[in-house]
Amino acid sequence: MADKLVPLKNTRLLDVKLGQVPAWVAARDYSLSGVIGAVQRGYDSFCNKYINVKKGGLAGFTMVLAGYVLMSYMANYDHLKHDRWRKYH
Amino acid sequence: MLSRLALRAAPGVLRNLSPSLSAGALCAARSFHGGQPCLAPLPPLPERGGAVRHGFIPEEFFQFLYPKTGVTGPYMLGTGLTLYLVSKEIYVFNNETVSAVVFLSLVIYAVKRFGPDVAAFAEKINEEKLAKVSTIKNDSIKALETAIQQEKKEQERVAVRSYIFDAKRNNVAMLLEINYRERMLMVYNEVKKRLDYQVAMQHLKRRKEQDHMIGWVERNVVQSITPQQHKESIAKCILDLKALSKAAQATV
Repeated sequence: MADKLVPLKNTRLLDVKLGQVPAWVAARDYSLSGVIGAVQRGYDSFCNKYINVKKGGLAGFTMVLAGYVLMSYMANYDHLKHDRWRKYH
Repeated sequence: MLSRLALRAAPGVLRNLSPSLSAGALCAARSFHGGQPCLAPLPPLPERGGAVRHGFIPEEFFQFLYPKTGVTGPYMLGTGLTLYLVSKEIYVFNNETVSAVVFLSLVIYAVKRFGPDVAAFAEKINEEKLAKVSTIKNDSIKALETAIQQEKKEQERVAVRSYIFDAKRNNVAMLLEINYRERMLMVYNEVKKRLDYQVAMQHLKRRKEQDHMIGWVERNVVQSITPQQHKESIAKCILDLKALSKAAQATV
């Protein structure tokens, strides 16, 4: 009960209980500066964790590549649907 | 998916970072935006990046599922997901699948075979850069330390500066003493010379008087020898000589 004192919009996503998720999503900052700030924060934390290290490996680059592969697959799905082997699944 | 991954990773990242590191990350971000500059030195970069399994799945995902599903949970999830995608043909097997398989196998073989060598090469380059910069830093530190020691030496010298004047005073006193003694010696020599002169004059006078007196006496004596006395003395000498010769003949 003590953690309800922190206002909802300041808690992190992993600390939010499942029933509060819609309220949490509604309380986020959707202004342009808020969105850009969120994207910048995400990018900075990703870089600081996987790229700005003394002995980085291929992990950071591979994750970006995997995400790109996935997004391009989803973008081309309408075209790829024609290569299906069976009509009914 | 990536944004979801990033969002899920970000709180975990912010929690995993130690307080000093997160403060350092905040400091770094703030200095880029031109706000109040961070006065403390930036913390060093972390040694290794976040742990990933199989090259691209962050370890946090496995830890997230571990309490509910144990060790095999994420693998079961992966297997079930792929089977679902393939059987419903949400993922279609076509020519690109074959090329992807071949390409991925080649890439994985190359990474496993040449990865450590490339890493060692990059490490060496980094080490050289670091060594160059740290020699500059160490040299400047050493120079500053020697400067500090010089400064301290100078401060100590300042503390004893009164002794310089004592030494100088001693030198001056010694010079004065030397000068005084030189002059005393000169005075003594001069006085002695004058006294010697007077003594020599007296000696000379005495000798001259003596010589003169002796000459005068001799001259008077010679003058007083009259001719008659001269003959008498010669006759007596001849008589003495005859007696002597007679005595000599007798002894022989």
